[in-house]
Amino acid sequence: MLRIDCPWCGTRDEVEFSFGGESHLTRPTLDASDAVWSDYLFNKDNPKGIHFERWMHRFGCGRWFNVARDTLTHEIHAVYEMGAAKPDLAVKDPDS
Amino acid sequence: MKGYSFLSLARQALNRHQGWPVAWRTPELKKNYDVVIIGAGGHGLATAYYLAKNHQIKNIAVLEKGSLGGGNTGRNTQITRSNYFWPQSAAFFDHSLKLYEGLSRELNFNVMLSQRGLLTLAHSLHELEGIQRWANAIRINEIEAEILSPIEVKKLVPLIDIDCRFPVHGGFIQRRGGISRHDAVVWGYARAASAYGVDIIQQCEVTALNIQSGRVTGVQTTRGTIGADKISIAVAGHTTELARMADFRVPITSMPLQAMVSEPIKPCLHTVVMSPVIHMYVSQSDRGELVIGGGADLYNSYAQRGGIPLLQENIAAVLELFPAFTRLRLMRQWAGIVDITPDTSPVMGLTPLQNLYISGGWGTGGYKAIPAGGDTMAYTIVHDEAHPLIEDFGLARFETGALIDEGAASGVSH
Ligand SMILES: Cc1cc2nc3c(=O)[nH]c(=O)nc-3n(C[C@H](O)[C@H](O)[C@H](O)COP(=O)(O)OP(=O)(O)OC[C@H]3O[C@@H](n4cnc5c(N)ncnc54)[C@H](O)[C@@H]3O)c2cc1C
Ligand SMILES: [Zn+2]
Repeated sequence: MLRIDCPWCGTRDEVEFSFGGESHLTRPTLDASDAVWSDYLFNKDNPKGIHFERWMHRFGCGRWFNVARDTLTHEIHAVYEMGAAKPDLAVKDPDS
Repeated sequence: MKGYSFLSLARQALNRHQGWPVAWRTPELKKNYDVVIIGAGGHGLATAYYLAKNHQIKNIAVLEKGSLGGGNTGRNTQITRSNYFWPQSAAFFDHSLKLYEGLSRELNFNVMLSQRGLLTLAHSLHELEGIQRWANAIRINEIEAEILSPIEVKKLVPLIDIDCRFPVHGGFIQRRGGISRHDAVVWGYARAASAYGVDIIQQCEVTALNIQSGRVTGVQTTRGTIGADKISIAVAGHTTELARMADFRVPITSMPLQAMVSEPIKPCLHTVVMSPVIHMYVSQSDRGELVIGGGADLYNSYAQRGGIPLLQENIAAVLELFPAFTRLRLMRQWAGIVDITPDTSPVMGLTPLQNLYISGGWGTGGYKAIPAGGDTMAYTIVHDEAHPLIEDFGLARFETGALIDEGAASGVSH
């Protein structure tokens, strides 16, 4: 069970939230090629490690925010607002 | 390979079962192979088998970072069916089911295919209409499907409570659907491939691909560098990681899919029961355990365990339909990392690199696809051209927009 720290309501259980997928996606311009458009629509980073992703506090304040979470350990490294830049995480090596 | 037979069983019994030969070799790793397959799950092993058998390619290695069959193939709930909506899926998955029907003989290994029927339930009038449309599409694809009334459902599955929270309005059944034994499928392909000379190398993780001017030349592994003329990726939830090594992106999200089994009980459930809307499915294994599954945990994860909220939802749905099961203990729960595409159809065939091939995006439903996946990928690797059955399943569909949206069409994924 994830415990997610909503920036407005505080720490709550995962069941209160909806997952919104990868964050920091920029919509290409309308004259983008099919390849660029398809990459934007369908391809994913899907890393084994830190994932920058969106969550929404569905059964709470209803607001969206960003989370930097490790997809292997589920550890949440940062919670930050929509529109903010990716935080600079000095990522710990899991083996060290 | 010494074949298994009634005679060999009798002979070994007299011998106190001391003389059984090993099922597959543990060979020395060579410096070069004609074809290197990454991942010894069902798909990787079946591809190796058909490469050797149908295309006489002898110098093949299957590299596996853990132990063979330790990935999703050894973790799945073994449902086998071909009741797909779109013609491309129906043709591919029915080819697979037909191969399953002859697989025990083909591999000389009992995969325990049990075509006990697969029942899909509807819990509202709308869903019933959806299911009728789905069943009709299946028939147009020349695969059988039969609509059942609530009374017929009850007759087939006496323990079901058709007046539950979301009452059963009917369902449809594919009688050729059912289950088989997942470990046997992996072991059977491994043994048969090994007998053809395929080197299955376990505890050998691929960490990088060697690439020269648009071609792969080999793999770097935890056991050194290996040269290869052709390389095929069959790593399920790790497909994105492998694609990243080859510097291309794929439309795949890795998520945990859970399953669980109850303590073993006497036979009480004779078909596979599946409900797309309340999202659960259950069957009874030959050992008597109820094998239960449902939806995936809906966020990216490479942790093979799955979360409690989904587990609870899944069990709640099963117990609502089968009140008698409330008395049972859950014996084990686990998860595998499944590779989900936007249209929930697989990604098979060629890649942006000339001699690199991919078989992934199997998501929550690739077990039933193992024989056909292996057969068509072997053809694709040899001919450098997608097998006709998988032409439409290539990465290109995400650029042309010709998706094969089975998620929307068949509603449930296993
Ligand atoms: C709980 C659960 C229930 C399911 N139920 C069903 C079902 O009822 N019916 C159905 O049809 N499907 C089902 N599926 C889906 C099915 O299990 C998979 O689609 C199928 O097994 C995929 O086979 P595969 O050979 O592609 O992958 P896997 O069996 O996962 O094999 C991939 C292998 O690649 C290895 N690997 C990964 N990275 C590397 C590397 N870098 N180097 C070397 N090796 C590597 C892994 O260790 C693994 O052994 C289920 C899945 C799960 C998790
Ligand atoms: Zn909130």
